[in-house]
Amino acid sequence: MRSARLPLLILIALLVLCCGLAAWLDLWFQGWQGNRAESADLLNVLMGDSRRMFANHFFVKADAYFHSGFYPTVFDNREAFQTPHMAEDSGTVGGRNRGDETGFLGKPRDWIDAFSRQLFPSRHTHLDEGGASGDLGNSSQVREIMPWLRTSAELNPNDIRTYTVSAYWLRERMGKVAEAEQFLREGLRANPDSYEIMYELGRVYSENKHDETHARNLWQAALREWGKQEAPKADPDKFLFVEIASHLALLETKQGNYRQALAYMERWKARSPSPAAVERYIEEVRRKMSSADQTHTDQSSQNPGKAP
Amino acid sequence: MNNIFAIAGVVIKELYRRKDFYVLFILTALICLVMASVNFFNDDKIVRYLKEICLLCIWICSLVIAITTTARQIPSERENRTLFPLLAKPLTRTQLLLGKFLGCWLACGLALVCFYTFFGALAASREHHWPLLSYLQAGTLHWVMLGVVIAFALLGSLIFSAPSANTTICFVVVAFILLLGRHLNKVALHLPEPRRSVLYGFYYLIPHLELFDVRDLIIHNWPPIAWTVCGVATLYGLAYAAAFLISACLVFRRKAIN
Repeated sequence: MRSARLPLLILIALLVLCCGLAAWLDLWFQGWQGNRAESADLLNVLMGDSRRMFANHFFVKADAYFHSGFYPTVFDNREAFQTPHMAEDSGTVGGRNRGDETGFLGKPRDWIDAFSRQLFPSRHTHLDEGGASGDLGNSSQVREIMPWLRTSAELNPNDIRTYTVSAYWLRERMGKVAEAEQFLREGLRANPDSYEIMYELGRVYSENKHDETHARNLWQAALREWGKQEAPKADPDKFLFVEIASHLALLETKQGNYRQALAYMERWKARSPSPAAVERYIEEVRRKMSSADQTHTDQSSQNPGKAP
Repeated sequence: MNNIFAIAGVVIKELYRRKDFYVLFILTALICLVMASVNFFNDDKIVRYLKEICLLCIWICSLVIAITTTARQIPSERENRTLFPLLAKPLTRTQLLLGKFLGCWLACGLALVCFYTFFGALAASREHHWPLLSYLQAGTLHWVMLGVVIAFALLGSLIFSAPSANTTICFVVVAFILLLGRHLNKVALHLPEPRRSVLYGFYYLIPHLELFDVRDLIIHNWPPIAWTVCGVATLYGLAYAAAFLISACLVFRRKAIN
C-alpha cells in the first residue's frame, strides 16, 4: 500500500513544481528583452537578430538589379563597387568607388571564360538609364530594385541608407512622392535621431511639395543632429554636412535671408572639399545683400516718414 | 531503337503516375502566387523579383525531379527483380541504359514545358509582353543541362551502393559546379604551382553546368543569345552527357546484376 502511494506523491510534487516553475518563468519571460513573442513581425519571430545579417545582402542585391545582373562576385575586383551605385547616384551617400566599373571581369582567362561571357550579363548598364534595353526614356525601370530595398528595411530597420536611397528613386524616377514620404517617416520612427532621413525628408518637401518652411525646419533639425552625432568624431560624415548646409544656404538665399544664408555658407565652406566654389557663392550673396541694402536705403530716403 | 523508346515510354509513364512533379509544380505555383500578391509601394509593374523567385523554384524542382527520378531507375529494377526479365528479352544492357536516360530526359523536358509555360504566363501578366525566343533558348539550355545531370546520375546509380547516396552526391556536385564552377580559374590563378595546374585541370575537366544558367538574361530582359552560342553550348552539354553515358554503359556491361 505504501509503495503505491509514494509514486503518486512524487507525481503530485512534480506537478506542483511544474506549475510553480511555469508561473515564475512566465513572469520572467514577459519581462525579458529577448522575448520574440511580443513582436507582431513574423520575420522578427522567426529570425531574431540574425535577420540583420541578410539585410545587407538584399541591399547589394538591389544594386545588382540596378545593373541588370552585371555585378561583381566575391571572386572579382570590387574596387569600383565599394559604394553601391544606386546609393551613390541618389546623392544620399558619399562614394568611395575607385577603378573601372565596366571592366571588373578583366580579360578572358581561357576559352570557357570567354565563351561564358556570352551567357550572362557582361555589359555595364544602369536601370535609370534604360537598363539592358538602353532605352533612356524608360528610366522608371528602376522600380525593380524596390522589392529588395523594402525587404532590406524589413530585415534591418536601423539601416538608414535603405530609406534614403529608396525614397530618392521613388520620388525622382517613379513619381511616388507620397510613398517616398511615408517610407522616410517609417524610417524616422525606427531611427528618430537620423539626420540623413531628416535631410532626405526635407528634400521631399523642398523639391516635390515646394513647402520651403517645412523643408527648412527639417534641414535645421538635421544640422543640429549632425552636430550632436558627427561633430565630436575624428572622421565625421562631411558629405551629408555639406549637403545639408548647402541646401539651407541656397534656400535662405532664394528667400532673401542673406545674413542667414551667409552664416550657412561659411559653415559649408569650412567643410567643403572645394571651398573656392563656395567662396564664389558667398561673393554673390554679398553683392545681392549690398544691392538689397542700397535699395532699402534709397526707399527710406524717398519715404522719410516711414519706419525703417 | 524501338526497345530504347519502349523503355523510355515506361519511364515517362512512371513520372506522371508519381506525385513528385505535381507536388513540386503546385508548390512552385503557390510560392510564386503568394510572392506576386505582395504590394511594393503600390506599383503593380514590378516583376523581376517574381521572375527570379519563379526561375529559382523551377531550377530547384527540375534538379530534384531529374536526380531523384534517375537515381532510382536501375536500383529499383534490381530490388523489384524486374531487371532479369527485362534483360531476358531481346534487350541489351546498353539499350536499357539508353532507354532509361531518354525516358528521364524526355520526362524532365515535359516537366520543363509545364514550368516554363507557367513562368511565361506569370511574367506576361505583369510585363504584358512575351519574349518567346529568350524563353525558348533558356528552356532548351536548361534541358541540355539536365541531360548532363541525368547521365551523371545514371552513372552514379551504377557505382554507388544506394540511391540515397547517389542522390546526395549528385546534388552536392551539381550545386558545387553551379555555384563555384565559373570561379575556379580565378582561384587557381592565385595559387602556387603545382596546385594551380591541378585546380586549372579540374576546371577544364568538370562539365560547366553554370554555362546553361541564363536566368539573369531572362530576368533582366537582355536580348536573346546568338544562335551559334546556343548551338555550341548545346554541343558542349551533349558531349558531356555522351561521355557519362558511355562510362555508364561500360560500367553496366561489367557489373554483376544478381
